[in-house]
Amino acid sequence: MTELKTGALGNGRLSLDRRTFVKGATAAAAGTLVPGSVLADDTLNILVWCDHADQKLIGPFEDAHNVTVNVKTYEGTGTALSILEQSAPGDWDVIVIDAPDVPQVAGLGILDELPDDLAPWDDIFPTLRNAPYTRVDGKVYAVPEKFGYYGFCYNRDVVDAADVRRGDIAWNDAYSGRIGVYDYYFPVLQMIGLSMGLKPADITVDHLGDIRERLLAMKPNVKMIGDIVSVQNALVTKSVDVVVGGAEFTVSNLMASNPHLDWTISDDGGLIWNQGIGILSDSNRKELAALFLQWILSPEGQGLLATSECFWAMPANSKAVISDAEKATLRWDEQDDLLARSETSLLPDPEIDVEMLDIWTEFLQS
Amino acid sequence: MRPGGGSLVRWAVYPALVYSLVFFAMPFLVMVAVSFWQRLRGRLEATWTLANYEKLVSKDYLLEALVNSVEVTVLTTAVSVLIAYPLAYVLAYRVSARWQKILLVGAIIPFWTAYVVRAYAWLIVLSENGIVNAGLLSLGIIDLPLDLAYTRGATVLGFVHFFTMLLTLTIFASLIQIPEHYRMAASDLGASPIRVFLVITLPLSLPGVAVGAFLTFVITIGDYITPQILGGNTEVLIPQAIMLQIARAANFPMASVMSVSLMLVILAVYLASARYLRMDRI
Repeated sequence: MTELKTGALGNGRLSLDRRTFVKGATAAAAGTLVPGSVLADDTLNILVWCDHADQKLIGPFEDAHNVTVNVKTYEGTGTALSILEQSAPGDWDVIVIDAPDVPQVAGLGILDELPDDLAPWDDIFPTLRNAPYTRVDGKVYAVPEKFGYYGFCYNRDVVDAADVRRGDIAWNDAYSGRIGVYDYYFPVLQMIGLSMGLKPADITVDHLGDIRERLLAMKPNVKMIGDIVSVQNALVTKSVDVVVGGAEFTVSNLMASNPHLDWTISDDGGLIWNQGIGILSDSNRKELAALFLQWILSPEGQGLLATSECFWAMPANSKAVISDAEKATLRWDEQDDLLARSETSLLPDPEIDVEMLDIWTEFLQS
Repeated sequence: MRPGGGSLVRWAVYPALVYSLVFFAMPFLVMVAVSFWQRLRGRLEATWTLANYEKLVSKDYLLEALVNSVEVTVLTTAVSVLIAYPLAYVLAYRVSARWQKILLVGAIIPFWTAYVVRAYAWLIVLSENGIVNAGLLSLGIIDLPLDLAYTRGATVLGFVHFFTMLLTLTIFASLIQIPEHYRMAASDLGASPIRVFLVITLPLSLPGVAVGAFLTFVITIGDYITPQILGGNTEVLIPQAIMLQIARAANFPMASVMSVSLMLVILAVYLASARYLRMDRI
C-alpha cells in the first residue's frame, strides 16, 4: 500500500549521520511521543498502520489479557524509524511495516528474531510464505499479515472492464480527463515497467528513460493525482472513472455503498504489496507482544484486520474468518490466479529511487 | 507606551525574542547548512556542495514549481484584497455598531473549521456531481459538468475563501483607526466622496492592506494542503515538491534548497513592501 508504505528511508539506508541529525533536530521532542501513563506494564504499545486501530480488532485482545493496547498509527517505514529514534528504548513493543522493508530494518538491529512456531505458516499463502524478504538468513523478523495489489479501480457503470484489464486505459483517449492516479511514485513506475515486460527487480537506470516517456504520455488524460482519501473522493464523486495504482485497498470498503466501484489488475499482471508484523528488540513486554502477534495472525484476528475501517485487503492467513460477501469483494476465490499473475513490488535501490522520484515530480508538474 | 520605553517592556520582549531565536533563527540556519549537504547512496553526508542548488536551477520542472507557487500566491493575494477591501469598508463605515459585531463574528467563522475539512468541503462543492454543477445542469445553463475541481482555479478559490476574511479583519482594523475628522474635514472643504476615499481613506489604510496581503502571501506560498487537495496534484507547487523530497526520499538537503528558495521569494516580497508594513496600524 502506498501511503502506508515506505519512502527511501525504509530502504535500510538509515545512517549514523542521519540518526544524529534527526536526534539533534528533534531533541526537544524526545520522550514526548509516549506519555508516561502508557508505559505501564499492563499496556502494550504498538506502532502500526491505521488498519490496526479498530476497537473491534484491539478490544478482544485487551479483554482476553486484561491489558490496554496503546495504538500509534503512521505512514511509511521512514516515519516509523523516525518515531523510534525519538523514543526511549522499550517505548514500543510491536511494529507493522512493509514486508519488503523487513530485511533492511532487521539489519538495523531493531527487530527481534521471532520463534518459528509463532506464526501459522502452513496457513499463510505460499507466495507470502516463500517471499524472499520473509526470512533474513533463515530467520523470521516479521510475519506477513495482510496483502493486496497495485492495479486499477474503476467505475464499472461507464468503464469497460476489458479496457481496464488491458492495462493501457490510462493512455486511451476515450478516457481522457477521466483518469486518476494514486500518488505513489515507484509502484506506478513499476506498473508501467510491468506493461513493458519489466519485473520490478529487473528495472535498471537504463530503463527509466522509456518508463518516463510512457508516464509523461499518460498525463494529458489524467484528471487528478492523490493519496488514498483523495482518489476515493474522486471516484465517489465521479470526478474520475479510473484510478491507476489503486485496487482493493482503495475501494473495497466503499463498494457496499457505491456499487458502481470495482477493482482489478491488468492482464500484464499486478504488483503485490504486503505488510508484516514484528516485535521490537527493545520491548520490555515481549511475551505480551508475542500474544498480540498470535491474535493478529489467528483466523479471527485476520478476518477483522482484513476488513478494517481504514482499508480492506487480503489477510495473509488463508484460514481467516471472513464472510462470503467480504470474500467476494476481496476476490478471494481468484487469489491463486491473481498471485500467479503478479510480481512483488520491491523498493528500488537508492540510485534508481532518486531517479524515479525526479521522474515522478516531473510527471506531476508536466 | 512606546516600544523600548521601559525595562518592563524590554523584559516582555525577551521571551518572544528567545522563542524566535530558538524556534526560527537557529532551525533556519541549520536548514541553510543542510542545503549544502547531499544525500548519497541513502546517507546524509555533509559534503558542502552547490549540487542541490545546481539541480534546482537546472531542472525545468522545479523552476516551474517555483513559478507556479508565485503565480498562485499573487493571484490569491490580489483577488483576496479586491474582495476584502470593499467588505472591510462597508463594515467600518456603512453598518451600525451592532451589525458590525455580528458581521465580524461572521468573518472569523471560516477560521473555526479545520483546514483539511474546509478543502474537502470545497472539493465536494466543485466536483462533477457537486452543488455548482448540479445547479447549473438543472437550470439548463450547461449540458455537461464543468471541470471545476482539481484545477488551479479550485486551489485559488480555496485560498481566497480563507484569506479574504483575514484581509477583511486587517483592513477593517486599519480603517477604523483613521480619525473620523480627517474625512469630515475633506468633505467640508468640498472634496467628493470618491476624492475623500482616494486622498484620505485609501492611503491611510494601506498599512492594513499591506500587512494582510503580506500575511496572505507568506501563508499561501508555503501552503501544502490546499493545492494538494483542490488542485488534484496536477501541477506542483514548491511546498509539494518539498514534501515529496522529505516524505518519499528523506532528501533533507534538496528539500532545504527548495525551502531556501521559498524564503528568498518571501524576503524579496518583504523588502518590496516593507515601507507599507506598519504593524502599529493593525
